[in-house]
Amino acid sequence: MKNITCECGHVNPEGTHLCEKCGRPLTEEEKHAKVVDMKYEGRAIRSKTYNKTIIDKIWNFFSSVKVGVSIIVITLVAAAIGTFLPQVMYVNVMQGEDAKQAYIDNYGTFGKIYYNLGLSDIYSSWWFQTLIGMLAISIIAASIDRGVPLYKSLKNQRVKRHESFMKRQRIFGEKEIAADKAEESLNLAEKKMKELKYKVRREDGVLLAEKNRFARSGPYINHVGLIIFLFGVMLRLMPGFYIDESLWIREGETASIPGMDGYYLHNNKFTFETYKKEEQKQEFNQSKAAVNSIAKNYQSDVVLYQSKDEGIAGETQDMKKVAHHAIQVNKPLKYDGYALYQMDFKLNELKAMNFNLVNKKTGKSLGEVDIDLTEPKKEYDLGSGSKVEVKGYYPTFSGFDDGEPQSDSPLPNNPAFIFKMYTPETPKGETSFVAIKQTLEPLGTTKYQMKFQNIETRNVSGLTIRKDRTLPILAIGGIIFMLGVVIGSYWSHRRLWLQRTNDGRLLLAAHTNKNWFSMKKDLDAVTTYAHLPLWVDQQEEDEKEMEEKEGDNTL
Amino acid sequence: MSLIDLSSTLLFIAFIAYLVGTLFFGGAVKGGKKDASVSNKKWGTIAITVTIIGFIANLGYFITRWIYSGHAPVSNMFEFTTAFGMFVVGAFILIYFIYKLPSLGLFALPIAILIIAYASMFPKEVTPLIPALKSYWLTIHVITAAMGESILAISAVAGLIYLMKSVDTQKRTKSSIWLEIVMYAGVLVLGFVIVTTTFKLMDYNADFTYVDKNGATQEITYNTPALFGMHEYEMKSPDKMKPLAAMPALVNAKKLTTVVWSILFGSILYIIIRLILRKSISRAIQPLTKRVNMQLLDEVGYRSVLIGFPVFSLGALVFAMIWAQEAWSRFWGWDPKEVWALITWLFYAAFLHLRLSKGWQGQKSAWLAVIGFVIIMFNLVAVNLIIAGLHSYAG
Ligand code: HEM
Repeated sequence: MKNITCECGHVNPEGTHLCEKCGRPLTEEEKHAKVVDMKYEGRAIRSKTYNKTIIDKIWNFFSSVKVGVSIIVITLVAAAIGTFLPQVMYVNVMQGEDAKQAYIDNYGTFGKIYYNLGLSDIYSSWWFQTLIGMLAISIIAASIDRGVPLYKSLKNQRVKRHESFMKRQRIFGEKEIAADKAEESLNLAEKKMKELKYKVRREDGVLLAEKNRFARSGPYINHVGLIIFLFGVMLRLMPGFYIDESLWIREGETASIPGMDGYYLHNNKFTFETYKKEEQKQEFNQSKAAVNSIAKNYQSDVVLYQSKDEGIAGETQDMKKVAHHAIQVNKPLKYDGYALYQMDFKLNELKAMNFNLVNKKTGKSLGEVDIDLTEPKKEYDLGSGSKVEVKGYYPTFSGFDDGEPQSDSPLPNNPAFIFKMYTPETPKGETSFVAIKQTLEPLGTTKYQMKFQNIETRNVSGLTIRKDRTLPILAIGGIIFMLGVVIGSYWSHRRLWLQRTNDGRLLLAAHTNKNWFSMKKDLDAVTTYAHLPLWVDQQEEDEKEMEEKEGDNTL
Repeated sequence: MSLIDLSSTLLFIAFIAYLVGTLFFGGAVKGGKKDASVSNKKWGTIAITVTIIGFIANLGYFITRWIYSGHAPVSNMFEFTTAFGMFVVGAFILIYFIYKLPSLGLFALPIAILIIAYASMFPKEVTPLIPALKSYWLTIHVITAAMGESILAISAVAGLIYLMKSVDTQKRTKSSIWLEIVMYAGVLVLGFVIVTTTFKLMDYNADFTYVDKNGATQEITYNTPALFGMHEYEMKSPDKMKPLAAMPALVNAKKLTTVVWSILFGSILYIIIRLILRKSISRAIQPLTKRVNMQLLDEVGYRSVLIGFPVFSLGALVFAMIWAQEAWSRFWGWDPKEVWALITWLFYAAFLHLRLSKGWQGQKSAWLAVIGFVIIMFNLVAVNLIIAGLHSYAG
């Protein structure tokens, strides 16, 4: 390490711009600058000092703000591209169709290209996640790189700075003054600055007034918050931290809850309501939009049970009732870290079908058959020698394949049956295929038929079950982040240095990390009051000159 | 007078007050003579007073409408956009009391006026809330996010004034051309307002049926003469203008028609303005920015981002995630509106870092502030109307 020894005798580490002790400029650049670079107080920054080993290079890459901003901008652009078309989770994929086809059908050639480039699921792509990972690394590296030296130098701040340091501050002023007058000025300045809530430190003939130093920690605190948040997001990839299941549950049904071992849910009732006309404001009813009724409420009235003994499923009387709740959108049922959300519903699902076994000719009925569509019985005995066998059940009948009836789904959307009907008149049995609005008699004409009477329906609630143990971590990250941005944004670190030189001058210099306007207001308040030298903003002067010299950047 | 009528009247009063306020701010920045400063101060005082009166009326609109409808008036395009316009004025007043810059008002108020005028082009009736929107977290989220955005918008106002002053509008440079494009965009919004209002006053309605992309037949009513017809349209109002061309099912030809009319009208308006002024708009406005202190403007631009960024983070991300967790079972779902809030946030984070580390001050910083505002407006207009998502308020 090549240390730099300042004229004051202090030994500074390589890379220091301004002497850690007295503030004298140490580099050629700073020596010639009108205003020194006060970023990180002129301390040595690792990434700006070493660039030899591969570790240096990696460190420098990630701690560079240029790189950090580039990562942010690339993430931003990628995120924007992901909104050109709906992401795959928001696209309706019809049954029997793949996602690619859905994109082509909905968005044509553009959709196809979009899908093929992987943009339809951009946020879960490996490269997008890598970007976020790099963002995190960059935040950590940059914060350590700058935070540590900044902390050290602010902690070990000396009151007395060298004249060359003061002269190169953005705000500087000086005037000739007698020794006693100077002392009086410093006293007055101390009084005023204390009134303005500055902390004042004095040594012989020098004064440092400082305020809101904690504001400098703002960015570091908010970066810590961000990292905690990102860490929390990563944690959910670990098993057990995150559960996301869904459950379709019919009215009257009790089901074990996926992802929630030992818990059962009973659905009493699902309600879907729309606004009634009289509930709407008058002028809305006259408008076009009012023609479509507007949804008012989706609600599942449920009871949550916990089984007393592990593993015994079934009867609710063996279970402990632990909660009942009306789950609505925005009002999930929360229990034991789990939350159940109202996400979807299906109205009027077929529950049961009711048939009448009748003689086709006479119309005489031999009895009714009531078929529970979730669990049809094999056989229905009607007494007096009549019975009906269910030979085949197709909950969602979709047509014949090779003469065989087919079903698309286990849900009773379009039920069809093959019945075998036995009556005293036809003891060998007659076979008939019965679907909604359709009866076939594949093995010859029958004497009897299953005549459709009516149906019973019920509603189905679609619930989502979540458990997210990362939420507390995310919340902590969020709170720390907010705290940090507020600290860093709403306060500014202000300093005023005053110094009487041996040759009878009073020097004034001031610095703030942001918000110069307010700093100047403080200075205005103290300057005349304490008879301090008039000061100028050296940067503003610079700019005025520039403005006169420079034109616009032409094409 | 019923509460809702009172509410509309208050909004109208606010609108007029902002117009009058703009004129007074104009008076406050005029005149290059040194001795003008006393009279300028007087104009400035009147201007900010009128603005505050307007803002109070605007708040009155907001509160009365809230009471009348029973929910926060931020639930559709008209309500949200109007609230945004109101918050822009609020943010301006806040920054004005820190920096006392009248030229800020001269630009902030017209922008707020344009936003409110734009808002009133959407259906104004009170709509009942769908279940997903019934949450106080949503109310908190939307209001805080809009407040954050409006404070960030003031940074763009400062940036615009900075550019007005620093860009040489006499020469044809990249900067001067872009600055004029910004002016042109403003005129286009005006074009949209004029077109919509004109045909509304004429009570123009043309009914069509069309076939949507799922093959279903739908009805639609155009409020401007149809330039483009919907997919396989059929006219139901025979006396009205026949569309020039039919569009495929993917394109909402009604919205396209409105956009094209606005561009047509706006461009004509722009040409007329140019003919009257006989110079570019930015050049014509430039003298009004003559006396501002550039360094101060630069700081206002930075400061408003500093004030707005935490508010925006809280509203658009933190509260939004809390609401999303309650309503949709996940705090983040990559819904377009969410993504655009994230984009806006990342953009301003980049802005802060560039400024801090790369020393991007002055013109560069001013341009970034203007671009930030463009992103916010894109978020409000395009994402809501074009890129549909969970948040998409009525089309
Ligand atoms: C989205 C991610 C990020 C957010 C929201 C964020 C936020 C912030 C904020 C609000 C500040 C204070 C700015 C000001 O006061 O003007 C700041 C400062 C800073 N950020 Fe970040 N940051 C992010 C990512 C990064 C990255 C990737 C880097 C790495 C290169 C980085 C490095 C820094 C540095 C070096 C400072 C200055 C610290 C100081 O002045 O002492 N940040 N950040």
